[in-house]
Amino acid sequence: MAAAMRTRGDWRNALFVAPYLLVFVVMLVLPLAMGMWLSTTKSDLFGTERWVGLANFVRLFGDAIFLQTVGNTFVFVLLTVPFLTLAGLGLALVLNRQERWAAVLRTIFFASTVLSVTVVTLVWRLVFLPDGGLLGVTAEALGKTPIAFLNNEKLAMPAIAITTIWWCIGLPMVLFLAALQQVPRDLYEAAALDNASRWTTLTRITLPAIRRTFFLVIIVEVILQFQLFGQAQLMTLGGPNNATRPIVLFIYETGWRQWELGYAAAAAQVLFAMILIAAMIQYRISSRKGVA
Amino acid sequence: MAGVQLAEVGKAYGAVTVIERLSLAIPAGEFVVFLGPSGCGKSTLLRMIAGLETVDSGAIHIGDRRVDTLPPGKRGVAMVFQHYALYPHLSVRENMAFGLRNLRVPADEIASRIASAVASLEIEGLLERKPGQLSGGQRQRIAIARAIVKQPELFLLDEPLSNLDAALRVRTRLELAQLHRRLGTTMIFVTHDQVEAMTLADRIVVLNAGGIEQVGTPMEIYLRPRTQFVATFVGAPRINLLPVEVKAGATGNALARLGDGTIIGTEVPFAALPSGGAMLGLRAETVCVTAGDEATTHGTAEIVERLGERTLVHTLLSDGARLVAEDAGVSAVRPGDRIGLAIDAAAAHLFDAAGIGHHREAR
Repeated sequence: MAAAMRTRGDWRNALFVAPYLLVFVVMLVLPLAMGMWLSTTKSDLFGTERWVGLANFVRLFGDAIFLQTVGNTFVFVLLTVPFLTLAGLGLALVLNRQERWAAVLRTIFFASTVLSVTVVTLVWRLVFLPDGGLLGVTAEALGKTPIAFLNNEKLAMPAIAITTIWWCIGLPMVLFLAALQQVPRDLYEAAALDNASRWTTLTRITLPAIRRTFFLVIIVEVILQFQLFGQAQLMTLGGPNNATRPIVLFIYETGWRQWELGYAAAAAQVLFAMILIAAMIQYRISSRKGVA
Repeated sequence: MAGVQLAEVGKAYGAVTVIERLSLAIPAGEFVVFLGPSGCGKSTLLRMIAGLETVDSGAIHIGDRRVDTLPPGKRGVAMVFQHYALYPHLSVRENMAFGLRNLRVPADEIASRIASAVASLEIEGLLERKPGQLSGGQRQRIAIARAIVKQPELFLLDEPLSNLDAALRVRTRLELAQLHRRLGTTMIFVTHDQVEAMTLADRIVVLNAGGIEQVGTPMEIYLRPRTQFVATFVGAPRINLLPVEVKAGATGNALARLGDGTIIGTEVPFAALPSGGAMLGLRAETVCVTAGDEATTHGTAEIVERLGERTLVHTLLSDGARLVAEDAGVSAVRPGDRIGLAIDAAAAHLFDAAGIGHHREAR
């Protein structure tokens, strides 16, 4: 009797999970599976021509432009993630106080996060523009030749990175602020009675206490920044000479401009694998250090 | 080992005064308990001594040094927090060593201090564990050990027993008393628990609304409460307070007339009492249930609380006043019974309209 009721209960329990499960399967699992299948075919927007096995992947790893976009994406992640993490932490440490000015600055630093990528890139194009842009005008005022940041192969990616950092700094900051506010105040009081300097307090009390958030921010930012698209699309169109073309832009152009859907899907699987591996490595490191 | 001097210290948060011009001298080596209800300022006062709260006015001296302008780490004090405040990511050993390393105590000295603290508090097996792997009682011991290894001039303990279960609280209380006897260091202990205060203190400082109500030994506080507040706050069950009319007796002592007409011949000198209304204060143990004719008055038992070693009988007097009386552990009294009460008039207290206590003359 009890067993029978439990079985019926199990069936009803599934109803509670069903709405989310439906969305999860339809919006995430199915597209992922379809993408994986697409990547093994030769397809365009009109349909699938034939199954080609791993041919798309073989072609990808011989494609100099794709390999460059992989390199570009890694460079971009290395330029942004460490800075976003450390600057976010720094801002949170400075602004984690009750005063009014800190509240105002917290709002200001977070404000950029709510802007759309269109607005952000527009603002920063106005900064980087050599003719009449903020940096250009400043350079001229100082008697220097203005630099065309976005047309310079070496400077375009750092310019996009700066734009991205300005845009994205809010999230790491609020995550760190939330973590800092979870640290019990009496730990700091105990440290003060234990004669701990500010540096000792930071390194021995604060940082260990927010270690979990530190790894969370890195994982979140790695996943986010690997997907660079809008800034490169709107600021440089991937140029000059592919110097700022990230993987997502490559996928977009291959799929929707050149109509090579199978090939684009293969590139998307590579990006998926890269993000997965990066996240797994982070997760492994953080759990091996015994983050409790 | 050093004494503590508070001279007219004050503290306010905005318009709210928390501590008002409070002065207190604590001799070296004394175990002092700050006792008071929530919000009376006792923790604030302790934190001001520790340096965790600023002092708005007045001065604090520990030994010969004025400390109220020094940071907490320079005051030579160690504190045991209510929630232990152990560093969660450091092992027990590192927790104890942390403060000493900051003071640049040599490594072998740190090791020997930890070893002796470990031996005296019986925490041998715990040194390499993290606080999260310890029980509440073990954490409390580590917090105490962390304070001991600093060899401070003054121990500050902020309700350190309130998170322990009843049995552990009693045991830790005894250990704290032994610790104080062994170390001889001045200790200030904050609590709202009168039993802790009575059992541990050399002297109790009863605080109320940011000021001192009374400073005295536990028995002084219990037997000669300076105010009605002290009388009601200390002692369980709460002292009986009955409105009375007072007049002079033949011996010069006050006669108190209860609402039911009973006259209690107190030993409080009448001349010391100001005119106006008064309250008679009677501890439950001075009002005994009696069957014989020595009864001072009679009442009806309402509630009978059997505590084992004694029985508390909540009694309704004929005028509607209520009184808690005591009976032997094995008591025949049942609710609704008409009972006689023998009141020990010599132990009665009188509180005047201003709440000031008047007692029989000290012998």
